[in-house]
Amino acid sequence: MITTTIARKLAMALSGLFLILFLGQHFTINMTSVFSEKTFNFLSHFMGNNLVVQFILQPLLILGVVFHFVMGFVLEIKNTRSRSVKYQSYKGSANASWVSRNMIISGIVVLSFLGLHFYDFWVPEINYKYIEFLPQDPDRYYGELVHKFHSPFRVAIYALSFVFLSLHLFHGFSSSFQSMGLNNKYTRGIKLFTVAFSLVIPAGFIFIAIFHHQNG
Amino acid sequence: MNLKLKIWRQANAEAKGKTITYSISDISPDMSFLEMMDMHNEQLIQQGEDPVAFDHDCREGICGMCSMFINGEAHGPDRLVTTCQLHMRKFKDGDTITIEPFRANAFPVIKDLAVDRSAFDRIQQAGGFVSVNTSGNTQDANAIPIDKHDADKAFDAATCIGCGACVASCKNASAMLFVSAKVSQYALLPQGKVEATDRVLNMVNQMDEEGFGNCTNTGACEVECPKGISLENIARMNRAYLTASLKG
Amino acid sequence: MAKLDSKIPKGSLSKKWTNHKSKINLVSPANKRLIDVIVVGTGLAGASASATLAELGYNVKTFCFQDSPRRAHSIAAQGGINAAKNYQGDGDSTFRLFYDTIKGGDYRSRESNVYRLAEVSTNIIDQCVAQGVPFARDYGGLLDNRSFGGVLVSRTFYAKGQTGQQLLLGAYSAMNRQIGRGKIKMYNRHEMMDLVLIDGKARGIITRNLVNGEIERYSAHAVVIASGGYGNVFFLSTNAMGSNVSASWKIHKRGAHFANPCFTQIHPTCIPVSGEHQSKLTLMSESLRNDGRIWVPKKLEDVKAIRAGKLKATDVVEEDRDYYLERRYPAFGNLVPRDVASRAAKERCDAGFGVNKTGEAVYLDFAAAINRYGKEQAHVKGLDENDATLVKKLGQEVVRAKYGNLFQMYEKIVDQDPYETPMMIYPAVHYTMGGVWVDYNLMTSIPGCYAIGEANFSDHGANRLGASALMQGLADGYFVLPYTIGDYLSDDIRTGPISTDSPEFEAAEKEVKDQMKAFVNNNGKHSVDYYHKKLGKIMWDKCGMSRNEKGLKEAISEIKTLREDFYKNVKVPGGSEEFNEQLAKAGRVADFLELGELFAKDALERTESCGGHFREESQTPEGEAMRDDKNFTFVSAWEYKGEPSNAKLHKEELKFKEIEVKTRSYK
Repeated sequence: MITTTIARKLAMALSGLFLILFLGQHFTINMTSVFSEKTFNFLSHFMGNNLVVQFILQPLLILGVVFHFVMGFVLEIKNTRSRSVKYQSYKGSANASWVSRNMIISGIVVLSFLGLHFYDFWVPEINYKYIEFLPQDPDRYYGELVHKFHSPFRVAIYALSFVFLSLHLFHGFSSSFQSMGLNNKYTRGIKLFTVAFSLVIPAGFIFIAIFHHQNG
Repeated sequence: MNLKLKIWRQANAEAKGKTITYSISDISPDMSFLEMMDMHNEQLIQQGEDPVAFDHDCREGICGMCSMFINGEAHGPDRLVTTCQLHMRKFKDGDTITIEPFRANAFPVIKDLAVDRSAFDRIQQAGGFVSVNTSGNTQDANAIPIDKHDADKAFDAATCIGCGACVASCKNASAMLFVSAKVSQYALLPQGKVEATDRVLNMVNQMDEEGFGNCTNTGACEVECPKGISLENIARMNRAYLTASLKG
Repeated sequence: MAKLDSKIPKGSLSKKWTNHKSKINLVSPANKRLIDVIVVGTGLAGASASATLAELGYNVKTFCFQDSPRRAHSIAAQGGINAAKNYQGDGDSTFRLFYDTIKGGDYRSRESNVYRLAEVSTNIIDQCVAQGVPFARDYGGLLDNRSFGGVLVSRTFYAKGQTGQQLLLGAYSAMNRQIGRGKIKMYNRHEMMDLVLIDGKARGIITRNLVNGEIERYSAHAVVIASGGYGNVFFLSTNAMGSNVSASWKIHKRGAHFANPCFTQIHPTCIPVSGEHQSKLTLMSESLRNDGRIWVPKKLEDVKAIRAGKLKATDVVEEDRDYYLERRYPAFGNLVPRDVASRAAKERCDAGFGVNKTGEAVYLDFAAAINRYGKEQAHVKGLDENDATLVKKLGQEVVRAKYGNLFQMYEKIVDQDPYETPMMIYPAVHYTMGGVWVDYNLMTSIPGCYAIGEANFSDHGANRLGASALMQGLADGYFVLPYTIGDYLSDDIRTGPISTDSPEFEAAEKEVKDQMKAFVNNNGKHSVDYYHKKLGKIMWDKCGMSRNEKGLKEAISEIKTLREDFYKNVKVPGGSEEFNEQLAKAGRVADFLELGELFAKDALERTESCGGHFREESQTPEGEAMRDDKNFTFVSAWEYKGEPSNAKLHKEELKFKEIEVKTRSYK
């Protein structure tokens, strides 16, 4: 089924939307850290120890991420190969936005960031829980978070990555509706929501990073 | 006007091509782009050189035969026109104009700026029709009233001239706008609905077989399309394809 | 060659076609599989014929010189297609359509063919709608109609300003279906170079593959020519750059008579020539005359001021404008037939009233229509009808909805805004009513060789009405030829496949190869276009909108001299076995140089004025065309005898039984 152009397009759209859903959830939990250390610790502990989240949602999420980027690369390779002799002069900016033409670049940046992010949080977390089997501590999460944003260098990398995430979302979100065959009177609304979403969420993440850097 | 032309020259499909720079003078702003090319060719002939091969026929923007990539854009910088409708008043004295063939692996170069777009014909042959006998023994034309909005939308999709600017402009060399225009025209009319499932599956399969790239919704095709075919058609085709796939 | 036999069936006019269809010989489905048919050209006639022939079961080989069948020039037809559906209930009928077409053609077409055309016209609309052609519809969902020149009913079906495109794409889709089924073998970028006759019958063609220059042979049991008209003999015309007479001319040289070559339609509403560099002319649809008013200034000093750029058209006051069509033809006004409108424009321009620098342009003004529609809209919407700015805005919206694409096209070419200032237009060569002579079955004087669509001469007489070309192309292709051809092919069911190794194919191929070699080795000094432009100038000046004996005689000798010079001095760069556009053009211009001479000879011979053919010697005191029915109620069919000027004239008498031959008046 995922051999034809349109099926692949749909697969990209669905996996993308799934990741967007996750992003929203991640954002909500992180945002609580700004207001209440307690809520944040509670939610983090729940997410980290609930069996459904850990053994169904988490693998699904990882699968989603892997699928989205593998398919992204597959498409990119096929697309590059569809025009083996390149134009000497190609004015892409005349007819399409930079973001829409460079999803692979914003995608790679976001992917690299994910690597760092996994290294920062996920790997220590797995190590803590499943390899060294350290004792449960429902109040440790906030401290770990604040600690990570101690280095201004890391905050800068995070901030930059979120700018690219914003660019990626800016095209990807509304575009996935087009891929699913939805282009009608609601399209304007979807586009507006996309703009809002792709500005607010990454900006919020950046805010959280800077907030903890300042107050940590 | 005096201009510099950087034109892609390639003797035939197998030959290796290269860009050659020419100068041309005394161009009137009222000339069409192709008349400028005619004049240039006339000079080449007088100098005993091989004139530049390019496709063109009706020169009024409807046959879809002209196909140049001018200064980085299909059909040049103007909007909603084909190359033959582009006029030299869009350029300035002293400009350098880069002229290349439409590029896509599915559109191999035949010579210089002329390319082979028969892939488009093959996609149409895979299902771009209503299977009705041409006997004239059909029902009366007014037997099925059609919602004016649907009829108008079907018409808008049907105005595609098959020039290939969508493929040429797309960074992925995707043919989705072309294919979706035909699929949409029939999807919107009751006459086309009967075989809608097979049509979309067959046409999309053929499109993939021809080696066009994937659509990534950049929207370049819609902007460069000389007939302003809307992206809505691509969405409609996606929808039709998914429904058809689920039906099996 | 045998005497002309038009094979018109007996019986009353309205029964002829039905009776004929039920009596002619048929080929059984099993035998159709054994028969090959070649179709040259993929416009409305060629594409629809290919599709229907393939559907009936014949093996069809179709050829076009373009890169796809969809590019044939029928695609450029704008206005619409006529059919006697009488959906508007305004008194239309098969007979009225037939009558209008005969009258519009100035009584120089064949009654039986025209009646059949009117009869099958309604099927065309049914067929096209079934194929998914998106005709314009009204809010009730039913088909809409508009009105065209020379008629008093609304019978024209349309798809905005792109009717030809939609109809051709419909025929192309029917073809695609058959190509997919393997019943049509399509040869794109192939040009027909000659017809091959075996035992006096058309049995195949020689083609040149335009991609690699290879000369190829194809055989068939019958050959159908659907290669369109020859308007490009004038160099500047509304035809496509590649439109040519070659296929028709080659069969003429092989024995097909060429009928009425001088009957050319000059379309009144085209964008005027802008300079020496001009390569083609662009038509502005006749539908514009529904709302546009044509005028020139009354005073010569205004003309001078306009040309000098001191006066704007919009500043010429109403009293100083000469709406000459409304003045001369009050009954039809701006909607007189094309030949009448063109001549009237020429008359004004020749008298010095042309409004552009070259003195060859008149105004087509939409200000009155914009005002009328604007007031109507203001009234409907309950707004102030005296607010000029508002009325203008509302009116422009209506005009935009009706003619938007045409206005945009005008603006792109001329760089003036037609919503604000009147369009400038001038007549240009558009269509050729003349063509290969055919009988009632559409067979030429060569057995097994047929001609359909604009390539034949049969239906439009001396002038074609608007929206009738599409009708004729599709009628011939979908509904006439596929049946009449069976009558001939029924004798061929035992012939078997035709070999291309016969001496006839050998000889024809050699001739073509020799001609190609001669061109590329000629090493002359002038390009092909140089000759084409010169020919065009002679044709336009001496065989154009008005013709006289002296000019025509000069034209004949000038064209002859030019042709001799062409063969001596033409320069064709490149080789013959490669993609070589100049070489292809050289072959086409060579044929135009012969046709042009026959054209002038035909015009010289016909000393009457009729339809698009205006002889200055034959006019009324008011300058209207004057027919000579006593001496010229016939079709001139020319037989090839070497030099074009040696062609032999055969006359097919035209008999009008059902209608009375009258003086055509649009006053």
